[in-house]
Amino acid sequence: MQIFDRLRERFAMAGQGLAMAGKKNPWGSSGNKGGGSGGGDGATPPSGDGDKPEGPRNPWLPGGSSGDGQKRGGRRSASIEDIFKNRGPEGPRRGGGGGSGFRLPERPGGKSWVPIVIVSIGILFLILSSMHLVEPREKAVVKTLGNYSRTLDSGLHFTLPFPLETVDIEDVEGVRAVNIPGSGERAKLILTGDQNLVDLSYIVRWRIADLPDFKFQLAEPIETVNEVAEAAMRASVAEKTLDETFTGAGRAEIQQRVRERMQETLDAYRAGITVVGVEIEKADPPGDVVDAFRDVSVAEQDADRARNQARGYAQQTIAGAEGEAEAFDKVYEQYRLAPEVTRQRLYYETMERVLAQTDKTIVEADGVTPYLPLPELRRRANQSAEITARPQQNTQGQ
Amino acid sequence: MENLWTNYRWAIIAIVIVAIAFLMSAYIVEEEDQVVVIRTGEPVRTVNTPGGDSEAGLYLRIPLLESVRVIEKRVLDLEMTEEEVLSNDQQRLLVDAYARFRIVDPIRMVERAGTTDGVRTALEPILNSALRQELGRRTFAAMLTAERGTALANVRANLDREARQYGAEVIDVQIKRTDLPSGRPLESAFQRMESDREREARTIRAQGTRDARIIRAEADAEAARIYAESFGKDERFYDFYRAMQSYEQSFARGEGRGDSSIILSPDNEYLRQFRGRR
Repeated sequence: MQIFDRLRERFAMAGQGLAMAGKKNPWGSSGNKGGGSGGGDGATPPSGDGDKPEGPRNPWLPGGSSGDGQKRGGRRSASIEDIFKNRGPEGPRRGGGGGSGFRLPERPGGKSWVPIVIVSIGILFLILSSMHLVEPREKAVVKTLGNYSRTLDSGLHFTLPFPLETVDIEDVEGVRAVNIPGSGERAKLILTGDQNLVDLSYIVRWRIADLPDFKFQLAEPIETVNEVAEAAMRASVAEKTLDETFTGAGRAEIQQRVRERMQETLDAYRAGITVVGVEIEKADPPGDVVDAFRDVSVAEQDADRARNQARGYAQQTIAGAEGEAEAFDKVYEQYRLAPEVTRQRLYYETMERVLAQTDKTIVEADGVTPYLPLPELRRRANQSAEITARPQQNTQGQ
Repeated sequence: MENLWTNYRWAIIAIVIVAIAFLMSAYIVEEEDQVVVIRTGEPVRTVNTPGGDSEAGLYLRIPLLESVRVIEKRVLDLEMTEEEVLSNDQQRLLVDAYARFRIVDPIRMVERAGTTDGVRTALEPILNSALRQELGRRTFAAMLTAERGTALANVRANLDREARQYGAEVIDVQIKRTDLPSGRPLESAFQRMESDREREARTIRAQGTRDARIIRAEADAEAARIYAESFGKDERFYDFYRAMQSYEQSFARGEGRGDSSIILSPDNEYLRQFRGRR
């Protein structure tokens, strides 16, 4: 009731302002205009406002107690009956202030608006609570007085209004994803079958398969999915060795097993949930031993490097052998055609090349062993090389 | 308005009284819940229990005399976190487990445990000890692997037997986590993993070296075969041919080779023509 009163005050103020500006009150009838603006507003609006003892108007205060109220001709306390009755043949009771500015248009027969307002609010509520738009991805469960009665598919549906039937709409097509461990959660190490630890993070994707089951079978379905996922993951990893969890094939198997296990468990709970997929995002060795794992991969690279080097050597060796053998074969072919000549030619050519580049001494006399000044020879050779080099240096110096 | 009141005063009063009485005695049982009606402290009837006749819906009770206790009908969970369990080979393991249960006999539950939380507190130590007992019979490795299926079935059966006394039914017991306790067990596991990896790295490196040697040796063998095949066609000519190459390599001047001086006897084959004989 007070709310109406307050509303009325607001409108009244607005009306007053408009009246002062010399405009028509949008809600008022012509009779009202005469009462509201003709009375005194035009003459003494500033004094009227100035009379007020308190600054802001207090809508909750009973009118009669304040000076404002007195000036308005003994406005009574907030009664909705008053507000709506203050019109009609006898005119507005309030003289000043333009308080009577707000008024609903007259209703034929002069009856109260209250029931109409209440009834229309009631009807609106009934319509809103009995009309349900279920989106294409959604379904809804309807409970009649708490008792599950039916499931609504997508579309516009009508049910009994609120206290009789309640409707709970849920997205059933949407796939929900849970990250485990969740963000902010510290990594959980999982024990593998060979009693090693692995740092796993994975995503479980699921959706609602049977809405009534989902709603009415588990007290905490989402929590349950997480727990079932964790139990299934740990059980599945425990069937594998550490190395298997790192390989693609092993991971795929684990994912598959986790999905099956989860589905089995959830079906046993009649959870109404389908596990769409389980994906292992990351399977890493625990942080404490990661160096040792890195060393293993370094060792693999070392081993590969050694093998590659050996392969390089092998190719080089074999190619060399093939080349040499091929060269021999070619020469041999020619040799076969003319053995003696070829042999002689090769002999002389080789001797030429060899002897052309060496110091030669031919000892003629039989039985005489002459002193061979080999070191001397060498020194002389070196000196001559120096002598020939020196003038060049000098000319360069000058 | 006043006419209405004066004319129908009693009717209005009657309607109001009936309405109040209805509001006081009616209650709605939701699909998710089951209800025990308690008359002066005594459970007298139930609504919407599993396997019961009555479904969820609108029901009446005697106002003031009967009160309604709402109990969850859906599956509830009971958690056990971070319990240290000793395996029969004296290894310690931290176990997180959960049990899923459902109230199937609400009257008994109300009498024996009061609320669902009461059931939880009653079952918690039982779950704990049942799990310990069952896992304690197994080795550490068996606790981790496939055998835990049967272990958990046993735990579930034990727990269910106890839970029945509180009007609850245990649907499932699962081990959520099995972890090594932090401190020495975890550290030694890490050390074992580390040494395992070291061994692996060593093996891999050794395998690499072995493979490299084999590859080299195979190449050498292949080269030898190629040489033999080619040179074996005429051993005498090969001897000559190779000797020529060898002389050139040994005596000819070249990078990194010493100077050579050759003393030739006049009888040398090379000087045969030089002497002008013949």
